[in-house]
Amino acid sequence: MRWLLIGIIVASTTAGEVLEAAGMRRHGEIRDFHPGAIGRAIAILARNRFVIAAVAAMAVSFFAYLGLLTIADLSFAVPATAVTYVLETVAAKYVLKEHVSWLRWVGASLVICGVVLVAL
Amino acid sequence: MTHERERLRLKTWIFAVVVVFSNVFANFFLKRGMPPSLATPLEYITVLFHPWVSLGVLLMIVWMLSRMALLSWADLSYVVPVTAVGYVFVALVGKVLLNEQITMKRWAGIALIVAGVALVGGGSAPQTRPEPSP
Repeated sequence: MRWLLIGIIVASTTAGEVLEAAGMRRHGEIRDFHPGAIGRAIAILARNRFVIAAVAAMAVSFFAYLGLLTIADLSFAVPATAVTYVLETVAAKYVLKEHVSWLRWVGASLVICGVVLVAL
Repeated sequence: MTHERERLRLKTWIFAVVVVFSNVFANFFLKRGMPPSLATPLEYITVLFHPWVSLGVLLMIVWMLSRMALLSWADLSYVVPVTAVGYVFVALVGKVLLNEQITMKRWAGIALIVAGVALVGGGSAPQTRPEPSP
């Protein structure tokens, strides 16, 4: 059961964050932070298909995570879900076409090792 | 051009700080308010109205919106490792506010995360892809 939940969490988190990044980059840089402008930006984003799909995927991830926390230790849940860092960096390169420099690969690898050590 | 880069870098750091701290305190308040177990599907909903949990959810919304803003100009492969510094602050909040023990292994992990964040955050520009033309 816990591995099924972890599979759901990892898949939905990765999908959600990649969709979110794709949707936000299509929207373009947010420059105006007055309350009215933020409201307008949210209204535009609420019709962005990538953002809608991202929010749905993250809702799945959130409730699966709550479910996992009731049957597993936090110290098990956190390192298990750190797999998303690997998948997201790979997706950033191949799906989002970002230029992931060797510095970013090294940095992301150090972060993954650190997250596993912290949470084990 | 260098002025534009500096502007983007400063804005990126301000948003990264908001993203990290809203996430850290959201987790702290969720942890404070969560009961030891959730038995029925209905309890997943009713628990959201517990004051600490509500505050945690509110901060989660702040986290999500600030993260979306950050992703509107910064790369995902930049945002993901840089905001992972939140793991360090979650451990510190656990130690200071919840009296949790931090073992040597955890301090070693925290050091690795800080090194990784410094490499990605200090070594590369937040944006590598040009803005798509509207």
